[in-house]
Amino acid sequence: MSAPARSKAEPWRDAGLEPYVRIAGVSKRFGDFTAVDEVSLDIYKGEIFCLLGGSGCGKTTLLRMLAGFEQPSAGQLFIDGQDMAGIAPYERPVNMMFQSYALFPHMTVFGNVAFGLQQEGLPKSQIASRVADILDIVRMGEFALRKPHQLSGGQRQRVALARSLVKRPKLLLLDEPLGALDRKLREHTQFELISIQEQLGVTFVVVTHDQEEAMTLASRIGVMNRGKIVQIGTPHQIYEFPATRFVADFIGSVNLFEGQLVEDESDYVRVACPQLPVPVYVDHGVSAAPDASLWVAIRPEKITLERQQPDSRDNWARGVIKDIAYMGDMSIFVVLLPDGREVRVTAANVARKSGETFTWDDEVYLSWDASSPVVGSG
Amino acid sequence: MGCLKSRGGQRLSGVLARLRQWRPGRGLVIAVPMGWLLLFFLAPFVIDFKISLAQVQVAIPPYTPMFEWVQDKALAIRLHWHNYAFLFTDSLYIRSYIYSLQVAAVSTLFCLLLGYPMAYGIARAEPATRNLLLMLVVLPFWTSFLLRVYAWMGLLRNNGLINNALLSLGLIDTPIQMMQTDFSVYIGIVYSYLPFMILPLYTNLEKHDNTLLEAAADLGARPVTAFLRVTLPLSLPGILAGSLLVFIPVVGEYVIPSLLGRPDQLMIGRVLSDEFFANRDWPVASAVAILMLVFLLLPIMLFQRAQQRNAAGQT
Repeated sequence: MSAPARSKAEPWRDAGLEPYVRIAGVSKRFGDFTAVDEVSLDIYKGEIFCLLGGSGCGKTTLLRMLAGFEQPSAGQLFIDGQDMAGIAPYERPVNMMFQSYALFPHMTVFGNVAFGLQQEGLPKSQIASRVADILDIVRMGEFALRKPHQLSGGQRQRVALARSLVKRPKLLLLDEPLGALDRKLREHTQFELISIQEQLGVTFVVVTHDQEEAMTLASRIGVMNRGKIVQIGTPHQIYEFPATRFVADFIGSVNLFEGQLVEDESDYVRVACPQLPVPVYVDHGVSAAPDASLWVAIRPEKITLERQQPDSRDNWARGVIKDIAYMGDMSIFVVLLPDGREVRVTAANVARKSGETFTWDDEVYLSWDASSPVVGSG
Repeated sequence: MGCLKSRGGQRLSGVLARLRQWRPGRGLVIAVPMGWLLLFFLAPFVIDFKISLAQVQVAIPPYTPMFEWVQDKALAIRLHWHNYAFLFTDSLYIRSYIYSLQVAAVSTLFCLLLGYPMAYGIARAEPATRNLLLMLVVLPFWTSFLLRVYAWMGLLRNNGLINNALLSLGLIDTPIQMMQTDFSVYIGIVYSYLPFMILPLYTNLEKHDNTLLEAAADLGARPVTAFLRVTLPLSLPGILAGSLLVFIPVVGEYVIPSLLGRPDQLMIGRVLSDEFFANRDWPVASAVAILMLVFLLLPIMLFQRAQQRNAAGQT
């Protein structure tokens, strides 16, 4: 799934702009275990920044440090230019939406949302109107007097969102905000989150392990692995130009090959992969040592299936269709190369009955454009 | 006739259906506690109630029978309600009831004030430490209850450990009278019943989700506010359970006030035992016991209602 079309400024490109959140060399150690390892990161006003990674990669710890529930072992955190060291969670200009939602079970929806405003000592009438406003935004107005256990998962999620937004924080931290929702509701809510974010102009930092969620929500994604940030970029950059083998493998599905650099020019390279009959030709330069061991990543949707051998000296392979999965909008083919390697290929099911249909055990040729493969050494 | 037959058939099939649904195992499981309660609560209660409606007589048993054959012709049922009326005419009983309720209420409050922080501390401790602390709470039960109350006598006596220590330190010139005061009764009761407050509170507090406190802090609540608005209301069922486990037995407490308490002010448990064993007035003693149960029924019913509401509030 690609990011929805958005005409958004890209504040991170503006060198003069002060980041709203500055994470400077932050580490967090629990005993011998380093959960977050010297992470440096700038997040700008109005961004939806996603921290993406598998479980235990340190993304939640980083978020909890921003909220003030954990103290960094090293490094500094700045929010709006202010050093957050020694500032308690209840004094930070930050609100968090918890993965479990953490709604107060003994309070009504209204009570939950009003809680934060009551801490500011606002007059009752003002609290009531602000709670009503935010409940309308998340479309929970009519449920104000229900208790959390009387709500569905999706409704609880909205209440949690309303509760974290009602104080009008400059920075909202979301921990797996859509994790507990079923797929349909999740897709719907993703777009709703974006529209609420644009409506209120809040900066979002979202933690997720779900790359699809990150792709839809984020203005930028920071991919984390073993406590480190491996790549920061827009969803498009992360998907099309993964910086490391880990990122290529983690985001979406990908076919990875090992190879050696055989031709290294400034505007193209050729990589010989033992598993492929012809070299991989890439129409852009690669910075790598000659004879270095490289990885080549080709996305399944960028490979075409043909019956005829392509008339080209590179970028093709031959195989037998081992498996077909019909997904409705597309089909996934698993093609077995002569040496036993499996390659995934996806093809959109454009016509209801396409002219060329492939079936099990068909011998096919795989080919791809010179612009498709991503080559790296990391 | 045909109509009747078909109705009978329906009834038969209904019975068969119920027979099919009959789970003997389930019935047996419920039968055990039900039988227990019937045998050891309801039956004694009925007997007690029956005695409370009799009159004293010098015989064995020492009260008049309820049912009597008059001249072998008519069955006479004699109900003597005056035992209950008597309890309200002699101020001894009223004062003892009020004193018992007061001692129970104050002790419960002190148990709560002492027990809550302890339970909270245990619930927040590391799992390994937690088990050790729980052990320490239960440890006193390993020695006899009576022995522990006697130990308090040794501590509180005029020539006991505390007074001797204070005297030898020169802090006081004459021993402080601690025994046979309200103070010694409260010390004994709070000490003995504290575990009954701590354990249900701990069970409640241990289940609390820490992220709720994080959420409260995140929304701007200082720790004290978070405690008062989140932890405390969520621990109400535990507070209620602990309070009743202390309050109800303390109202009828006999041993502690007898050994440590004031000779001039009796608790109702002592009155009851005196009526039975000293006065041998079983009917009045039974009436005292029945009335005590009536007094205790109110908090028990309140507890039941709160429990039900709480159960309904859970997902």
